[in-house]
Amino acid sequence: MADTTLSTDKLLDMYRTMQTIRQFESRVRDIFQEGQIPGFVHVSIGEEASATGVAAALTEQDYITSTHRGHGHLIAKGGEVKPMMAELFGKKTGYCKGKGGSMHIANFELGILGANGIVGAGLPIATGAGLAAKVRGSSEVAACFFGDGASNEGTFHESLNIASSWKLPVVYVCENNLYGEFTAGKDVTSVKDIADRARGHDMPGVVVNGNDVVEVYEATSQAVERARKGEGPTLIECKTYRWEGHVVGEEAFLGKRSYRPSDEIEAWKKRCPLITFEQRFVPDPFSQEEIDAVQAEVKQAIDDAVQFAQDSPYPEPEEALEDMFSAA
Amino acid sequence: MPEMNFIQAINTALAEELRHDPATFMMGLDIWVGAFGATSGLTDEFGAERILNAPISEAGYAGAGVGAAMAGMRPIVEIEFASFFYCCWDQVCNQAAKLRYMSGGQADIPITFRAVCGAVGSAAAQHSETVYSQFMSVPGLKIVVPSGAYDMKGLLKSAIRDNNPVLVFEHLKLGRSKEEVPEEEYLVPIGQAAVKREGSDVTIVAIGYMVSQALKAAKALEEDGISAEVIDPRSLIPLDEETILSSVAKTHNVLVVDEGHLRCGAAAEISAVIADKGFDSLDAPVKRLAAPDVPVPFSPPLEKFILPNDKKISATVKEMLG
Repeated sequence: MADTTLSTDKLLDMYRTMQTIRQFESRVRDIFQEGQIPGFVHVSIGEEASATGVAAALTEQDYITSTHRGHGHLIAKGGEVKPMMAELFGKKTGYCKGKGGSMHIANFELGILGANGIVGAGLPIATGAGLAAKVRGSSEVAACFFGDGASNEGTFHESLNIASSWKLPVVYVCENNLYGEFTAGKDVTSVKDIADRARGHDMPGVVVNGNDVVEVYEATSQAVERARKGEGPTLIECKTYRWEGHVVGEEAFLGKRSYRPSDEIEAWKKRCPLITFEQRFVPDPFSQEEIDAVQAEVKQAIDDAVQFAQDSPYPEPEEALEDMFSAA
Repeated sequence: MPEMNFIQAINTALAEELRHDPATFMMGLDIWVGAFGATSGLTDEFGAERILNAPISEAGYAGAGVGAAMAGMRPIVEIEFASFFYCCWDQVCNQAAKLRYMSGGQADIPITFRAVCGAVGSAAAQHSETVYSQFMSVPGLKIVVPSGAYDMKGLLKSAIRDNNPVLVFEHLKLGRSKEEVPEEEYLVPIGQAAVKREGSDVTIVAIGYMVSQALKAAKALEEDGISAEVIDPRSLIPLDEETILSSVAKTHNVLVVDEGHLRCGAAAEISAVIADKGFDSLDAPVKRLAAPDVPVPFSPPLEKFILPNDKKISATVKEMLG
């Protein structure tokens, strides 16, 4: 393992990011259940390491595309929790002025080309962002987050074929959390490892422990380096698991019908990305006090974000008619 | 003024815009060779890096166009036949059309989609549709349907310079039709209808290739003492309602002609606008002439039967005024 390439500052930043995602998502789950957030939300508790490890290997200029379960990706790419939380509340101060909501947060200044409500839709978009860099001769890389479910969409294969044929600087990151909505991937997918599908498109396919932020970071760094050198795309499969349901509150419509065993959930909780990190890096190089301080600092930030969202005004109803066309 | 055919107008517009803005590039099937000639020769000047021969993979490359537009480029995406849009419906309707709005206006998505449309002669239902009507109920897209070489060139250039997704529908039957096209640069603004012929008894609003049929019909009607005004909306979204309504205010009678299907088609929308905002001008109900709601058939007599043409237009007008 090349842990030594990571400075302690960077490692602690990664831990802070994972904590932020964990606490943001946990709070979103809780306040959604209290009825504070309209619509529905998909949280990524248990999947913090893949978002964090990938984004840590990117620069601010690089692009990402995200998914319906995208809060973590956005936080990892530099999204601030206040405008994110406000967007979830449908408030005017949200990143998208309340027009996108949980599934559609975007911030173009941070290279976040958007979460997306359509499974598999980010794949061609990320491919196009990589194409933009190639056509204009600039050095950005596009990282594309998607799930195991999306790997069965046509857009997955179309995108990998195009990116490989044209040697585009794209890193495809499949977060395989074993379930597409309420269906087990193993029941509907032709391969055990999604990474095997890379072979069909003549690109490297790598399987990593998606709950180990350092392993994800290292695999992504290699893929990014390859992409920047003009050698083309890589497919990284992060084996991971979502602790919560597909959507928060799914019990309301699933009733007692269950689609995954509870001992499976418990087993994966033991492989928690945060605990994995702490077991490895506490007390050396980080003291428990440092870790506690990060947790407290993040808690304050999430408290402030919720307060900000609660205090923010809704958009005026007529704003529904704005933001359609850009001035020609 | 020199003459140019429809295909040459497309080719010239593309070359001028690729020269005009280095952020512009093209993707599409068979565009190196140029399946209908519209892209022939572009690789010689602009290179294979900016003229990308795409795989038969509409969702893949249309979606890549959207991503490239979001990442600062100005892609021109060719979808060979308009019916192939169905293979990338998500990329056009869910992504290109919505991402600016859903991001609260953060993103410009300056992408142009070009497609050949319309019945060209026994191509059957999957290569003969106009398709633009379906897109009219997707907010976030602009839709352009040129009826001749002059408008084609000027509208395509405007589409490429527009900072929004614009769909340009090019009727293949117009391919060899010639018009005078100035040598100096010009743009035709999107959202301005053209009065293609002035008249006083009836307004014929015609779309795309149907403009040529309406003009032919107007000539024939003149011999019967009927003076027809022909309006070409040129763009369906945005629609120049003012030009249409002021023509109806003058003639008090209106026929809307479209090669697309009747039900929920472009003609239905234009008719609704006239009924809603121009009712007091009308002497008779708005009349539509469009293709019946069947897929475009293969066999020549079947295809001819369903498509509007100049004779059907003049017959309908006579019935209306009779």
